[in-house]
Amino acid sequence: MEWSWKRIPAEYLVANVRLCRDGKLADRPGFLHVQKGLVAALGPGAPSREDLPVLDGGGLVCAPGLVDVHVHFREPGQEEKETIATGSRAAAAGGFTAVVTMPNTRPPVDHAPMVRYILDRAQETGLCRVFPTAAISRGQEGETLTEFGDLVKAGAVGFTDDGRPVMHGKLMQFALQYARVLGVPVTCHAEDLTLAGKGVMHAGYWSTKLGLAGLPRLAEDVMVFRDVELARATGGHLHVAHVSTKGTVEIIRRAREQGVHVTAEVTPHHLTLDHSCCRDFSPLYKMSPPLREQEDIEAVTQGLVDGVLDCVATDHAPHTAMEKELMFDQAPFGVVGLETALAVCHTHLVKTGRLDLGQLVEKMSSRAAETYGLPCGRLEEGGEADFLLFDPDEEWTVQPEALRSMSRNTPYGGQKLAGRVKATFLRGRPTYRDGE
Amino acid sequence: MILRSKDLIGLEDLSREEILTILEAAEAFRTIFDRPVRKVPIMRGRTVVNFFVEPSTRTRISFELAEKRLSADIVNFDASNSSLKKGETLRDTAENIQAMKIDMIVVRHSSPGAAAYLGRVLKASVINAGDGAHEHPTQGLLDIMTMRQRLGDLAGRKVTIIGDIAQSRVARSNIYGLTKLGAEVTVCGPPTMVPAAIARLGATVEHDLKRAVADADVLNILRIQLERQSQMVFPGNREYHLMFGVTEEVLRHTKPSCFVMHPGPMNRDVEISSAVADGPRQVILEQVTNGVAVRMAVIYLLSGGDPRQLGGGARAGVREEE
Repeated sequence: MEWSWKRIPAEYLVANVRLCRDGKLADRPGFLHVQKGLVAALGPGAPSREDLPVLDGGGLVCAPGLVDVHVHFREPGQEEKETIATGSRAAAAGGFTAVVTMPNTRPPVDHAPMVRYILDRAQETGLCRVFPTAAISRGQEGETLTEFGDLVKAGAVGFTDDGRPVMHGKLMQFALQYARVLGVPVTCHAEDLTLAGKGVMHAGYWSTKLGLAGLPRLAEDVMVFRDVELARATGGHLHVAHVSTKGTVEIIRRAREQGVHVTAEVTPHHLTLDHSCCRDFSPLYKMSPPLREQEDIEAVTQGLVDGVLDCVATDHAPHTAMEKELMFDQAPFGVVGLETALAVCHTHLVKTGRLDLGQLVEKMSSRAAETYGLPCGRLEEGGEADFLLFDPDEEWTVQPEALRSMSRNTPYGGQKLAGRVKATFLRGRPTYRDGE
Repeated sequence: MILRSKDLIGLEDLSREEILTILEAAEAFRTIFDRPVRKVPIMRGRTVVNFFVEPSTRTRISFELAEKRLSADIVNFDASNSSLKKGETLRDTAENIQAMKIDMIVVRHSSPGAAAYLGRVLKASVINAGDGAHEHPTQGLLDIMTMRQRLGDLAGRKVTIIGDIAQSRVARSNIYGLTKLGAEVTVCGPPTMVPAAIARLGATVEHDLKRAVADADVLNILRIQLERQSQMVFPGNREYHLMFGVTEEVLRHTKPSCFVMHPGPMNRDVEISSAVADGPRQVILEQVTNGVAVRMAVIYLLSGGDPRQLGGGARAGVREEE
């Protein structure tokens, strides 16, 4: 039967695709059989059912829908930057079918109705699974714990004061103890504010040259060290967000060897860009943690390759064009990342031989989902039909104005990348098609 | 164009030749100051905006005098009651000013990169009058001019800069300009005020004041910002004066010919003792005079002036206002 993008059937086949699952990319063509939003069957060779509509994959890679465990969708409160709808659209365009949202909205996600609001808005949009995290402290003010139990019951998948580090050691300890019983991680945005001071970029050669206040590696390292020790003492699950320094990688490596329950993520920009990008004072390269040095890039890359860092997460942080027109020291921290993440990592990690595509996809899907215990990120029989079609050979140039996110603050504008998401499917239905 | 860029953002961007060209022109303008009428008609009919988003008295007055002595029309933009305070972006404000058809904009801003940004978005020439801790090129030029008046060619000369190097745009502009002319620069200050990476900009780091001044030909003493004490960067003025204050006792460890500079305004008896500030070794007021001449030279050259018109005994271009 003929395939039509206009009317997606409840049951169909995707044929002539290279399946990517369990960290491996098949070298022979295979097929995927979708039935009522689930994967009925998949495997090598040609499908045996001739009565079903067939989408010819044309030799593209068919991978599980990607999972990003660190995004800011800004709703409610800052809808001029992003909404759950536009963020979901950006996610779909990047091949993502699930995201974990950070709680630093306005007001912050610090009580159960806020969690339910986000889930409702995500449901209405229907382009992406949205898993909200909730704040550790009320108002993210670092003083009193939020209602962890009620928040988890409402659907929170973890706790974090992301954007604002938890400076109070005891509060962090209590958070890890509470979260442990509830079976969810506590995520740390590791930054000692007293060491960070008024820093706006990595403390080093370029900050000295440009006269911009520096953010030292130590501000991250000492907080990761503290939180790792708190995780060891409490038995809680610590997830370290956006690792940026070589020191952090070593602290996590040692802790994992010693059996501490620590997981970690690294962003595409910390894997690929260094502090010299700030040389023209462009706030498009201003983020927290900041872009560091080549040796840090090497350390986080090796950490990802070794599995010390579990996954890639974008820290998708939309800001308006006007905010990013401010002077470097006054502009907000953060860059968008959903729509470029896979191509950036494919270009800089797979094309360079550090990872193969199967491994990269695993670190952007199932491994990512596991850090928060999410029920997604795998392509398997009986599982949800969340998948993407990817052309590893297509080259394209990042055009900020073509992004589907409401914001344009990408650090990759004008960069030529290898590998393009051609289509994304959520529960068997397309959420994105290249060129549409 | 004698200078390659339409803007002067920093001494990092200038070649050795460009620096020397500016300094020669500045020397020519300097001669006007000794005449009864200190004004030339070179910039008649041109408009310069002094856009000072960060407060400054001396630098603004120096620029204003330079502009007036070149017969330019001047507008002073006072940021304290400006639309910038009402949420307008720097770009909008600057483009509005430019839309009123101006030739040049002199900008002082607390953010590093502000001058370079305006240089990119505006057609008018931009002169950086200090952007955060980044650069202050006309200060660097006037410092170098003052040193050359005393020392001649600076190749092989030793300049020691003392103070809060981390926060100092003056230090950065001095390092770039001086090293291009072959001078050796040493920076000295408390370790909390001297970032390790400054060595990679071409300066030698020395935390012991007596060693730092021992073979120096010039000491350039920076102003200590007293609010840095609240940031725990240093224990206080008394301690600073004891360890890094330039006093007559410190000068005894220098060569007899070594002289003392300060960009002002001074904290007397903090970074410099009153005895030194008023003593025979200081050239602080010569710096101030040279500042006006350097700024005239920069404005002249950026607006397309030809330095050859200023050269020679006749100084043809530097006619007195009739």
